Amino acid sequence: MEANILVVGRDRAILEVIHRLIDGHEGWHATTTETEEAALKAFKEKKYTIVFVSAGFSAQEEEAMRQKLTQLDPDVVVTRHYGGGSGLLENEILGILKQ
Amino acid sequence: MTTILHKADTRGHADHGWLNSFFSFSFAGYYNPQRVQFGVLRVLNDDRVEGGKGFGSHPHDNMEIISIPLEGSLAHEDNMGHKEIVSAGEVQVMSTGKGVFHSEYNNSPNQPVKFLQIWVFPNRLNVPPRYDQVRLDPSKGHNALQQLISPQPSGEGTWIYQDAWFHMGTFDAGRKIGYDSKKPGNGVYLFVIDGAFLYDGQRLETRDGLGVTDVRHLDLEAAEQGSRVLIMDVPMQNNIQ
Repeated sequence: MEANILVVGRDRAILEVIHRLIDGHEGWHATTTETEEAALKAFKEKKYTIVFVSAGFSAQEEEAMRQKLTQLDPDVVVTRHYGGGSGLLENEILGILKQ
Repeated sequence: MTTILHKADTRGHADHGWLNSFFSFSFAGYYNPQRVQFGVLRVLNDDRVEGGKGFGSHPHDNMEIISIPLEGSLAHEDNMGHKEIVSAGEVQVMSTGKGVFHSEYNNSPNQPVKFLQIWVFPNRLNVPPRYDQVRLDPSKGHNALQQLISPQPSGEGTWIYQDAWFHMGTFDAGRKIGYDSKKPGNGVYLFVIDGAFLYDGQRLETRDGLGVTDVRHLDLEAAEQGSRVLIMDVPMQNNIQ
């Protein structure tokens, strides 16, 4: 299944790993950003299935981003990615895409 | 009270040659919507890594990772400067918080290492990462439950950023074990490491898992000599602070 996935996090090294892991999966395409502003800009340029909020963002910032992004696209899933590109990343994506 | 039984032979499985893993909950390419988590307990992997092999440097964040070697030793390194050997009889904890890179290799060139890898969602996000390792007192875990993990830094064993308690014990056949849940709203997940236990008329075999919610007290009985159980008492809802 094709999916564009936007990841926003403040740890550049972790973002690079997440980007590589997502792009390594057939049909999945990652965009990574380090700020909410950059995430909003990217979000307006392309349709995303999933937005992952990663390391460095608080629960309040995550909720604020969810509000803004779902106003722009009610179908997008905005959720926290736990684990930093570990064995949960593929699992979290599979779980969302199978819903 | 509700219960959920995960028989050992129904777990997810991945055999990469150097790594043979059984997954009590969905992990990596194994996705089972009925088995994603038990409260804040998200990962319970039963791993065997061949001699000289291991997990190269990779990141984690915002997860409490507990490793319990059952046989052999792991060689740990991380970007916080830790370089440690973790052996059977010890427990390793990483609060990965805002981000950490680490590697875990089998410390033996030719003997496998077997360990449980357990991930718990934290109740605080983006904390400074920390590493801890404790040696268990072998006199305390025979015919008694020994605390491995709690939320309190001053408690027995080590601690994590979550209202979770882990206990482990090895019991003679016929021994009865009572356990009181430590916090209202928590559920209790039992994992049989060795032997077998009886719970509420059910026989739990080696590597079976049983989750019990809405429970204040539960009773177990060891059904075989040397039966070992890990009891994980975890919040069913995560209240992130």
